[in-house]
Amino acid sequence: MALLEVSHLKTSFFTDAGEVKAVNDVSFTLDRGKVLGIVGESGSGKSVTAYSIMQILAGTGKIVGGSIKYNGTELVGASEKVMKNIRGNKISIIFQDPMTSLNPTYTIGKQLMEAILLHTDRDRKQAHDRAVEMLRLVNVNEPERRMKQYPYEFSGGMRQRVMIAMALACEPDILIADEPTTALDVTIQAQILELMGTLQEELGMAIIMITHDLGVVAQICDEVVVMYAGSICEQGTADEIFYNPSHEYTKGLMRSIPTAETAGTKLQPITGTPIDLLNMPKGCPFAPRCDNAMKICINHRAERMVLNENHAATCWMNVKQGVESGEIELEGGDDRG
Amino acid sequence: MTVAEKQSLIEVKHLKEYFNINTGMIRTKPLKAVDDVSFTIKKGETLGLVGESGCGKTTVGRTILHLYKPTDGEIIYEGKRIKSREDIKNFRKKATMVFQDPYSSLNPRMTVSDIIGEPLDVHKLTKNKKERMERILELMSYVGLNSEHAARYAHEFSGGQRQRIGIARSLAVNPDFIVCDEPVSALDVSIQAQVINMFDELQEKLNLTYLFIAHDLLVVRHISNRIAVMYLGRMVELAPAAEIYDHPLHPYSKSLLSAVPVPDPKVARANKRIVLTGDIPSPLNAPSGCPFRTRCKYATAKCAESMPEFEEVSTGHFVACHRVGEIND
Repeated sequence: MALLEVSHLKTSFFTDAGEVKAVNDVSFTLDRGKVLGIVGESGSGKSVTAYSIMQILAGTGKIVGGSIKYNGTELVGASEKVMKNIRGNKISIIFQDPMTSLNPTYTIGKQLMEAILLHTDRDRKQAHDRAVEMLRLVNVNEPERRMKQYPYEFSGGMRQRVMIAMALACEPDILIADEPTTALDVTIQAQILELMGTLQEELGMAIIMITHDLGVVAQICDEVVVMYAGSICEQGTADEIFYNPSHEYTKGLMRSIPTAETAGTKLQPITGTPIDLLNMPKGCPFAPRCDNAMKICINHRAERMVLNENHAATCWMNVKQGVESGEIELEGGDDRG
Repeated sequence: MTVAEKQSLIEVKHLKEYFNINTGMIRTKPLKAVDDVSFTIKKGETLGLVGESGCGKTTVGRTILHLYKPTDGEIIYEGKRIKSREDIKNFRKKATMVFQDPYSSLNPRMTVSDIIGEPLDVHKLTKNKKERMERILELMSYVGLNSEHAARYAHEFSGGQRQRIGIARSLAVNPDFIVCDEPVSALDVSIQAQVINMFDELQEKLNLTYLFIAHDLLVVRHISNRIAVMYLGRMVELAPAAEIYDHPLHPYSKSLLSAVPVPDPKVARANKRIVLTGDIPSPLNAPSGCPFRTRCKYATAKCAESMPEFEEVSTGHFVACHRVGEIND
């Protein structure tokens, strides 16, 4: 049994302008000890997927369908009491901005101990020791002294370490990291990614890494989910996604990253702008920006197609290629463009 | 004509920018944001400027444009030192800036045509309304905006389009030189590539010279002819783009470049990163001698005593390190 099983998750925000389907039919599984990357641009629904798992959506947001199973327990529709036991204890989250996720008026120690006291039976003394131990684990120097300091006395990288320490204090099975290094410099990012990698190995937890940086994904993820406009367009192992991208959006993303080879040449960007979730097209959401869009792409959304045991994509191009190579036989009417 | 043969457009000599910080009731202490930085930018060239946050790269860009008054040092534009108010005013007709955040750098109460037209009004570059509007539409077409966008407000646009508006505004005075301060870091990857290509095309078309400040080293590598690395207000290395990526000499450049996550899983797994310990020290209490010595594994007693000279070690490759040549790995 997978540790976390998300199937056909649908989350919408009900705004004055109408229903925004931020997450639309998202399914994936996460096994113990694995790192799953969720990639996509702003507004693709990657963070909302994470917030749905934790059920910390903003007031107008609501899970409108699907299921989220943690260790076989259904979380959608679970009582607040059940969720309180899950959050921070079994599944933890760290946010993008370490500058604003800590309370500036409490000491680091108090904030770390709060999480421990809330979720475990430890008394204050034991909680204090555990907090010091956690700070040491995330390589904060002089943890005893640092416990008494306030967030403003910490640098960005240090604060993100504190956030990680806080998230890991109750030994969760799953750590959700929502763009944990986006606000940090590359040198500090390297430190944090290395730290997360080591901790993941030592503690055997699973990580969901939400990011828009394909470099970060390549560095630490075993599996990757690529999202566009609220849906998954492609999922598979990191190697499959990077070396054999099978959705036009993923291919476009890969082409548009500058590398050592592109210096002095033109990049090949994806044309157009991201889609307006209030005015979703009938067919494939990426079709308006896709250079290879066919008639069928405009009118019909492709089904999820399993390419091999490690790879699935939602793109008509794979059907077209399959038909051309004779691997797929079409039945009856053919309305391809 | 290659870039190396072109004449220099901007020369920066021993630039210093100190900010006075209150450390007590009446006591102040200088924060050395930029300390003794010298370099030149040639005509039609793109010089990339990289470093961690707080290293002074943005301050260099702003001080060149005299948005901050330089504490010391010279800025020479086309062979003439910029000194008087008159010089600065004329210089700003030739040198402009594109800002990082397309959300906060545009006035929400102005229409696109007013945002782009404002520099034209300030410098009185157009004679009448008709000419002004024609120029605005021309600028908008440079950056891929339609004429129908002119009457709209900035909030109606996406991040990428706003950055296009910002670029059109910076082009209004018909500049030779543009300081681009992290112009693509707030944009999504797919949009980022569009804007980078636009910078490329504009450079060719209008013969522009860029100082391109960014922390995304893959972007800088793509767009720059030469790259300068800064650390704690000092320039530690300057070399042609390919050279600095293939043969970085300063220990800081080495670790900075090795920290860049490569979007290729096999390379990333094989890549041996040089992970620096600790954080960048506060510029208020900068270490003596070489500023990097507190995080450098090669540091010796000499590094604490004196600041290494910024020397040319091979053609066009400058580095400030006492132990350059001794360290090989």
